Amino acid sequence: MNFLSQVGAYLTSGAQWSGMDGIPNLLANQVEISALAVVAAVIAGVGAGAVLGHTRRGGFAVLNAANAARAVPSFALITLLGIQPAIVRLPQGGLIATGIAMWALAVPPILTNAYVGVQDVDPEVRTAAVAMGMRPAQAFWKVEFPLALPLIMAGARTAAVEVVATATLGAYVGFNDLGTLVFSGLALHNNVETFSGALLVAVLALVVDALMALTARALTPAGARASAARAPRGRQLLPRRAPSMRG
Amino acid sequence: MELATSAGPLVQWSWISSQQGTILSLLLQHLELTVIAVAVGLVISLPLGVAAWRLRWLRTPLFGFAGVLYVVPSIALLSLIAPITGFFSVTTAEVALVSYTLLILLRNTLAGLESVPEDVSEAARGMGYSPAQVLLKVQLPLALPSVLAGVRVATVTVVGLVNVTALLGQGGLGQLIIQGFTEDFNTPVVVGLVLSVLLAGASDALLVLAERASTPWVPKISQTAR
Repeated sequence: MNFLSQVGAYLTSGAQWSGMDGIPNLLANQVEISALAVVAAVIAGVGAGAVLGHTRRGGFAVLNAANAARAVPSFALITLLGIQPAIVRLPQGGLIATGIAMWALAVPPILTNAYVGVQDVDPEVRTAAVAMGMRPAQAFWKVEFPLALPLIMAGARTAAVEVVATATLGAYVGFNDLGTLVFSGLALHNNVETFSGALLVAVLALVVDALMALTARALTPAGARASAARAPRGRQLLPRRAPSMRG
Repeated sequence: MELATSAGPLVQWSWISSQQGTILSLLLQHLELTVIAVAVGLVISLPLGVAAWRLRWLRTPLFGFAGVLYVVPSIALLSLIAPITGFFSVTTAEVALVSYTLLILLRNTLAGLESVPEDVSEAARGMGYSPAQVLLKVQLPLALPSVLAGVRVATVTVVGLVNVTALLGQGGLGQLIIQGFTEDFNTPVVVGLVLSVLLAGASDALLVLAERASTPWVPKISQTAR
């Protein structure tokens, strides 16, 4: 039997689809930790980024700090958190170590994009909103934030894809997600198991990428869509998704 | 449950000084894996970027493929290709690392070439340059700032990813991280983390200098704006 048909047999065998180490549970754990980390990062990143972008203060420091944070390899952070006695002692130590590291991975792209998105709103547009009688808070929520939304969503998409893919490493410190298949396969020299786990993660990452793209489109107001199409011109030099440090 | 373990102080300086040689050689291996990956990525991306610039139909399949490679997680990609390229081989590590540079480098090569003003190419042709000369002497040099910006992003990305390739046997500083985990010992993990960040920062700074030196016609101020 060749390798790929072994993988096919592995992925379709009933034994892999039930119990704590079954694919549904591993998949659910991976999705859950990723969703938690990204939502927490959106709250922190968009909050801080929007306030700083709105006041146009401290931008240089924030962007530099976010860039530096990106250079921290997630693998190192997960491992470091995963061996701390205070975390190991907890009943869900692996989950907590993975969650914190994934949050730290997700914040920089979201924060950077929220800051740039809000800060890039044409000052004349703000003035116009205020001149029309909007209070500052209204001008922010009804004008600045919607205009920044395409960029904010692009940051969230980057973060979500990176997190759902990188959460695989959580299995290294005992978090029971799809990485469990990869690492147990590596430890037991079971290439079929490793390959199957990796394949599932890759498909999951592509699905999340597509879903986030659809969500971004649905959330973007029609007016901002046109400006989103024009806006990236100046940013051509950067990849569509911000550079990642999936390490 | 067993007794809570202690991972030791965050940094045990005596361990670092006793392991200087090992740490240095792992740092150099890390650098070597990074340089090879970015260089190979560039050798692949430059001609493909030029091809995609000239042949529009090539863009969708090329960027689609590079995009898929970019999205696949590193540990997954490593294990996906390991059955073909060999478990725990340098080839496996490099194939994975190179595949992450492609999207970044291709995109920046294409963006750089597209930013060359048509007038400039026209003038070069008018001066009697052959198409190859126009490409090599005018268009590619003008695309260089964009290409080098891509090299910077790719390099910083690869420095981080090399740590993960340690899980499949070849990974420079990543080996310190694994050692720290296996021995339940903080110091190697911290050393791996810090040196990895420093290596990324130093490479980036060095590439900024290279960018300036190789593009003397670009005013310094606009370069810092990426």
